Amino acid sequence: MKILVCISKTPDTTAKIAFIEGNTKFDESGVQWIINPYDEWYALVRAIELKEKDPATLIHLVTVGGVDAEPIIRKALALGGDEAIRIDSNSNDSFTVAAQIAAVAKEGAYDLIFTGKETIDYNSACIGSMLSALLDLPFISMANHFELNGNTATVKREIESGEETCEANLPLIVSCQKGMAEQRIPNMRGIMAARTKPLKIVAPSSTTATTSISKFDLPPAKSGVKLIDPENMDELVRLLKEEAKVI
Amino acid sequence: MVLVYLDQADQQIKKASIEALSYGAAIAKQLGCTTEALVLGTTQEDLTSLGMHGANKVHQLKNDALNFLDVKVHATLVAAAAKKINATVVVFAHNINGKAIAPAVAVRLGAGIVTGACSLPNTSNGFEVTKTVFSGKAFASIKIETPIKVIAINQNSFGLVAYNNSATLEMIDLPIPTASIKITKVEKIEGEIPLTEANLVVSGGRGLKGPENWGILLDLAKALGAATACSRPVSDSDWRPHHEHVGQTGIQIAPNLYIAIGISGAIQHLAGVNRSKTIVVINKDPEAPFFKAADYGVVGDAFDIVPKLTAAVLKAKTN
Repeated sequence: MKILVCISKTPDTTAKIAFIEGNTKFDESGVQWIINPYDEWYALVRAIELKEKDPATLIHLVTVGGVDAEPIIRKALALGGDEAIRIDSNSNDSFTVAAQIAAVAKEGAYDLIFTGKETIDYNSACIGSMLSALLDLPFISMANHFELNGNTATVKREIESGEETCEANLPLIVSCQKGMAEQRIPNMRGIMAARTKPLKIVAPSSTTATTSISKFDLPPAKSGVKLIDPENMDELVRLLKEEAKVI
Repeated sequence: MVLVYLDQADQQIKKASIEALSYGAAIAKQLGCTTEALVLGTTQEDLTSLGMHGANKVHQLKNDALNFLDVKVHATLVAAAAKKINATVVVFAHNINGKAIAPAVAVRLGAGIVTGACSLPNTSNGFEVTKTVFSGKAFASIKIETPIKVIAINQNSFGLVAYNNSATLEMIDLPIPTASIKITKVEKIEGEIPLTEANLVVSGGRGLKGPENWGILLDLAKALGAATACSRPVSDSDWRPHHEHVGQTGIQIAPNLYIAIGISGAIQHLAGVNRSKTIVVINKDPEAPFFKAADYGVVGDAFDIVPKLTAAVLKAKTN
């Protein structure tokens, strides 16, 4: 079986969010980069668990990004996976990214494609869904449980009022979230092994971007907290009713 | 023409989709065109009443095989419907199902997409839509550069708008693709308000010291008619079920009111709740970072304050 795991490089969850060049560019100075948590903790680790069960499984990691994405993809390889593919393209357009991954996915004839449910920078949650249209494959989103039995996957996914269990035959695309697997930390052996694992650099296929970012804005600062006397909860209720108008 | 996809659960149109319809109708007004809606599957309600939320026409593909989401099938059908009725803008709610199908529909239509949108498009120079990025810590204005545009609007960011339209209902005839997945089980959390649809949310953190102390929080939630949530350490310690975990890795919510009890306000937690309209923080530590993100704060012992707040809510209700 062949699994493709999509890996994105994102700023650390605690990174300071600021913009430069007239608010058109994210300020990367001093930013720590990490593997997008949903890609790492859930998609990649679940793929590794499937390989542990069936060692004949091959895991390929794919990322779309420049040379600066390599430390991230090496870190992912230190957790597990057999080889990585970096598509040498920088784009903020979800369609461009999905189209690049689709080209690699077509060539690799994967049985399973895992993505995180979204990235923590652009929060677009587009790639899995777009891949399903580009590759004409079934897609199950926001999965929190995944089991494989031969060619059939049993997947639990979140819905607004609970959980849905579905079955689908491979090949299949799944976007992963909390519950799929437990976070792991790479060990020394993994880190050493990752250095020699193949990292293939692929030239981007030609696509036309469908969107572009014209500017960023920070939310207006909160006007400051209004402190209420703990002995006067009637006042809090009044403010919520009359000032905030939320109850 | 603007086409709004209406997502349903239990044969009821979801609240988030009604909001998407209000939003779609506002775009139609901007563009000077009509608003049409698409319902896949069977429903129990009178769909012509959607006129009051902005629809001029509702298309329905009545087939109960479509009542549960199959992304490949639903995305194919929405794209086919959009083509059939010449939609130039297709709107979704950015809820669980909207997130799953909108990007696939965009690909099938060759359209640019903005998900997590939080504003009406600015059409003064092209077609620009603002969306939340960096988990609510910033906004980005995205220019859609294709003739057809797809937008998924954040829940609780536009609100419901009353319209005076009378909608007609038409059955749409499209070939239904073969199912690509099979739903084998649906488990519902009975009797609770789904967190992502709740207007009011009461949430607890480690400051409540243990699951046995949740009674005061549940009482407050009940008095308000609010859904309950918790921070990550609470769900990780199994004090509360995992589906209540809000934050960066849990559920992201944007209720009108979020009351945080005994939650310090780590940046990862804020990422899940910072789009709430009003935030109340109750914490005994005046230095808790959550106070910086709060509209109202109460410094003190939650075990003392929360029952008083519940009593005040009940008192205000009876008056």
